Amino acid sequence: MKEEIILDVRDLRTSFFDDEGFEIKAVDGVSFELPKGKTLGIVGESGSGKSITALSILRLIAKNGKIAGGEILFNNRDLTKLSEKDIRSIRGNDISMIFQEPMTSLNPVYTIGKQIYEALKIHQGMDKEQGKKRIIELLELVGIPSPEQRMKQYPHELSGGMRQRVMIAMALACNPKLLIADEPTTALDVTIQAQILELINSLQEELGMSVIMITHDLGVVAETCDYVAVMYGGQVVEYQEVKELFKNPKHPYTVGLLNSMPRHDVDVDELEPIKGNVPSIKNMPKGCRFAPRCPFATELCVTELPKLDRKEDGSEVRCWIYSDKWDGDPEVKVRNEERTS
Amino acid sequence: MLKFIIRRLLQLIPVLLGVTIIVFSLMHLTPGNPAHIIAGENAPPETVAQIEKRLGLDEPIPVQFYHFVKDAVMLDFGNSWRTSLPVTTELWPRFWVTFELAVYSMIFSIVVGMAAGIISAVRQYSWADVTVMLVALFGLSMPNFWLGLMLMQWFSINLGWLPPTGWGSPEQIILPVITLGTSGAAVIARMTRSSMLDVISQDYIRTARAKGLKERVITYRHALKNALIPIVTVIGLQFGGLLAGAVLTESVFAINGMGKLIVDRILARDFPVVQAGILVIAVVFVFINLLVDISYKFLNKRIDMD
Repeated sequence: MKEEIILDVRDLRTSFFDDEGFEIKAVDGVSFELPKGKTLGIVGESGSGKSITALSILRLIAKNGKIAGGEILFNNRDLTKLSEKDIRSIRGNDISMIFQEPMTSLNPVYTIGKQIYEALKIHQGMDKEQGKKRIIELLELVGIPSPEQRMKQYPHELSGGMRQRVMIAMALACNPKLLIADEPTTALDVTIQAQILELINSLQEELGMSVIMITHDLGVVAETCDYVAVMYGGQVVEYQEVKELFKNPKHPYTVGLLNSMPRHDVDVDELEPIKGNVPSIKNMPKGCRFAPRCPFATELCVTELPKLDRKEDGSEVRCWIYSDKWDGDPEVKVRNEERTS
Repeated sequence: MLKFIIRRLLQLIPVLLGVTIIVFSLMHLTPGNPAHIIAGENAPPETVAQIEKRLGLDEPIPVQFYHFVKDAVMLDFGNSWRTSLPVTTELWPRFWVTFELAVYSMIFSIVVGMAAGIISAVRQYSWADVTVMLVALFGLSMPNFWLGLMLMQWFSINLGWLPPTGWGSPEQIILPVITLGTSGAAVIARMTRSSMLDVISQDYIRTARAKGLKERVITYRHALKNALIPIVTVIGLQFGGLLAGAVLTESVFAINGMGKLIVDRILARDFPVVQAGILVIAVVFVFINLLVDISYKFLNKRIDMD
């Protein structure tokens, strides 16, 4: 029952170099698979490398950064090996991206119609007439009222929610097979957040796209995703089906995340934050990146970095507890029992 | 838009009135009686009184000012005290020479400055960037009369490629335009670079890349248009400096422009010509700034003019 995999990221590593040439490994071992038509959530705190992972897929990382290793197989083509021209023909066409800040992600000096038209022109060679028809169709699709007037407006004339809809319309212009949404709702009001997520979900079903949803919000993951990759310190620490992740999280970090999240289905008096801070990207722990904050950490965890191990059910976890080398309490239960519903 | 332009034109009236007051006061604040100057040192008092009467200098100052403004609006600045020709006749041909020099120099500054600035920004920290910024610093620090003399030394005297003086033929235009335009080009290059760098790091540039646009399209269509506002401001300010710089450049290259005329007539105390010249420069400057303001509206749709 193997599903068709549209995107397969294998051991991706992306580094940046500061002025002194010091290498900063922003993404250091990210692997996940995305079956066609499904949604993958990438979750993590700020600085965990989730946005850099997304930007790496389209090779949009800044000039002082580069993909240092790994593969990004999109329909079995390795995106890391494509020429600049070939990757350009994929951007905005087969793979589109929407960003966190709708307020600043649109060019202030061009009408939204013109900005959408650009993608239609370069990828589909549409003329102005065809373009106009398609733009109106797209704006209707994302729920923008009176599209014919709207397309002549400038970004500053639109609210944040409307601008994010425009971004989505722009991303959908060429019927992408994969949509990458980098925290698409973080900058929006709560009510608008729900609308945008619902819009992405319904469009996905309608158009049969695959989606990567990058977020720090497990609530968003629960609502929208089929699979989740949890990131910590530039690495994927756990990859699971969503239901399994919430029911049976394996990595201590995932458990910590769940415990620090308010839930309405379980009666909890107090939230339990993860103690300590995210390690500095310039000074990563030698062993498991989470070891300094992990309640179960042993000698082994501190000295040696665990591999991302694949289990029979397709899930993956990067933790010594699940390996034969585990030197701690063999009966250790990672799940916090009191909070199980 | 039309409403905005009309309103800005009306706003110019007090500005120009202020300029007129200052220009008019020049004559009255300068020590010495103009009638004495015209009549000569040893003229009898009757002659002086007669000249005063002819020029209206015996009337109260507000009345004189009223006449000055009334005539100036009709572009009548009286006659030169030195040559007795109408001031407009003297000034007009000279004004066009200076205007040409200023416009060519401005075009030179804009083309060279923006091209260099864009290259610098797009290839930040490359050898091209470093070279452009060093040359710009050089161009900025160099007084233009000295640059003019050096250019003349190399290209006219040593190499004999271009004529050292005069104005009119294409060969005569090259050296003065480079002399006058270099510092402007340097300022524009630096402003273009910093403005472009600022814009290139904006989110919407990343959006443009994510759309699959070519770098060239991103640089010229998406980045440059956003970067233009501060550049246009600097261009407007440069134009004012250019008119002042023209005085020196004209002297170096012996060009019979307005700058040279004003300097000559200041030394000769020929006030009507000086007044008219300064007023013309002020009016041009004010209108250039109006053009800059109007261009903002086209460049940035967020600026609300009404």
